[in-house]
Amino acid sequence: MNLAVNNQSLLLALALVVIALAIGWKEKLGIDRDMIIGVVRAVVQLFVVGYLLKYVFRVDHVWLTTILILIIIFNAGYNAKQRSNGIPRALPISIGAILISTGVTLGVLMLAGAIKFIPSQMIPISGMIASNSMVAIGLCYRNLNAQFKQERQAVLEKLALGADLKDASKDIVRDSIKTGMQPTIDSAKTVGIVSLPGMMSGLIFAGVDPVRAIKYQIMVTFMLMSATSIGSVLACYWAYRGFYNDRKQLVI
Amino acid sequence: MTRLYQAYKKVSRLHERLNHLLPKICHYQRRGRRPPKTKEERGDGMSLIELKNVGYQVDDTAILTDINLTIDKEEWVTLTGPSGGGKSTLVRIIASLLSKTSGSLTFAGQPIESYDPVAYRRRVSYSFQQPTLFGDTVRDNLQFPYQIRQLPFDQDRAVEGLKVVGLAASDLDKAVTDLSGGQRQRVALLRNVMVYPEVLILDEVTAGLDAENKAFVWSLIKRFNQQDHLTIIAITHDQSEIDAASRLITVKDGRIVGGNA
Repeated sequence: MNLAVNNQSLLLALALVVIALAIGWKEKLGIDRDMIIGVVRAVVQLFVVGYLLKYVFRVDHVWLTTILILIIIFNAGYNAKQRSNGIPRALPISIGAILISTGVTLGVLMLAGAIKFIPSQMIPISGMIASNSMVAIGLCYRNLNAQFKQERQAVLEKLALGADLKDASKDIVRDSIKTGMQPTIDSAKTVGIVSLPGMMSGLIFAGVDPVRAIKYQIMVTFMLMSATSIGSVLACYWAYRGFYNDRKQLVI
Repeated sequence: MTRLYQAYKKVSRLHERLNHLLPKICHYQRRGRRPPKTKEERGDGMSLIELKNVGYQVDDTAILTDINLTIDKEEWVTLTGPSGGGKSTLVRIIASLLSKTSGSLTFAGQPIESYDPVAYRRRVSYSFQQPTLFGDTVRDNLQFPYQIRQLPFDQDRAVEGLKVVGLAASDLDKAVTDLSGGQRQRVALLRNVMVYPEVLILDEVTAGLDAENKAFVWSLIKRFNQQDHLTIIAITHDQSEIDAASRLITVKDGRIVGGNA
């Protein structure tokens, strides 16, 4: 292994943040504060997680691992909800969709023998799945909100013709699911030729043979496809009803 | 030809009756109770639509106040009045696209709340000013009423309908983007009556059309009322339509201020 990041090199790498801050200040982007908060949070969160994971890996207990996975899912759900912009019941919908998408994907990976239920595999993989599902669901929410506003007239006309909520929203829901999955599909198309993604880069960094490393990346590509599609479908189908009241009238 | 046309009318009446009954039966089978009796079934003289002291309020702003209106079956009611006076809100409440905030609204003697909104809107159809056409072609639009009812598309009826609204059979697969404003409005109207409703609500459907198209659309509505026995509630600002109205109601500042309510 040839990993040489120490505290001193990290401090020097802070110069990279200064560049970003300088650009933000010069261009008056008004995001200086957000950037500083982001950097401080990233450092603190990662240090805490580093020590926590060290402890969890050493203890290697099923319940502790499960609890950590559930915490990851809750946090992902909470963050996805922040993008919902007032969609009713967005928190339970987000948590439910991420829980199921993560659970199904992890289950298939374990049944296939690709991963084992040990914390050093389950926790990082759950994090990757949940975070991708979270981003996909966030995009779905944004698209649902935008489309229901933009297509309001068409939805009203469908309702007026006697369409059920599902028929009146079908095009919007379909478009939103597509929007949620698009980044995963795009990155699957360019993986290896534009970017060497995190999982694979990490393994190569740690000295693993690239041919072995890509197998993991292939697995990651498959699992993210599944996670974002399940997450997007569930979140969209659960969330669109929130745009109507109990008399099946559009409320935006 | 006349006999053929009469046979077609007979079949389409039967089709209409079946289309009215099917969703009702399915809906009430699901709910496990009997459908509300219609006026004919009850045999009394109750109006088809009856609004009593209906009000509509958004936050503290009253949009409609104390609306009392009765509409009989097969009647043609024309609503007029200044823009922003509450006409559209009123008809949207009748179409169940909005809910009144006070008063009572009954349809065929039963409160509107007792109907499933989707089944109700299939009986009380609302046609918008400057309608949006769905999908890519005229066919997509004429198919929609069948799709939502899970019925097979009746292409013969669609072609017949296109002829009635002054379009050709070949227009069925025409792109909606290639239609003129008048043609779009006709396709939209046809979409509302592909499966007959009982009530057709028209929200300024002739506004923005040239004189020729306006006259044509108006003759269509007349046909829906007189030949197809639909109850018509039409909003208009057009003086010739106001002059021709058999029953005129004026709505101003959220109240009915003129006409025989």
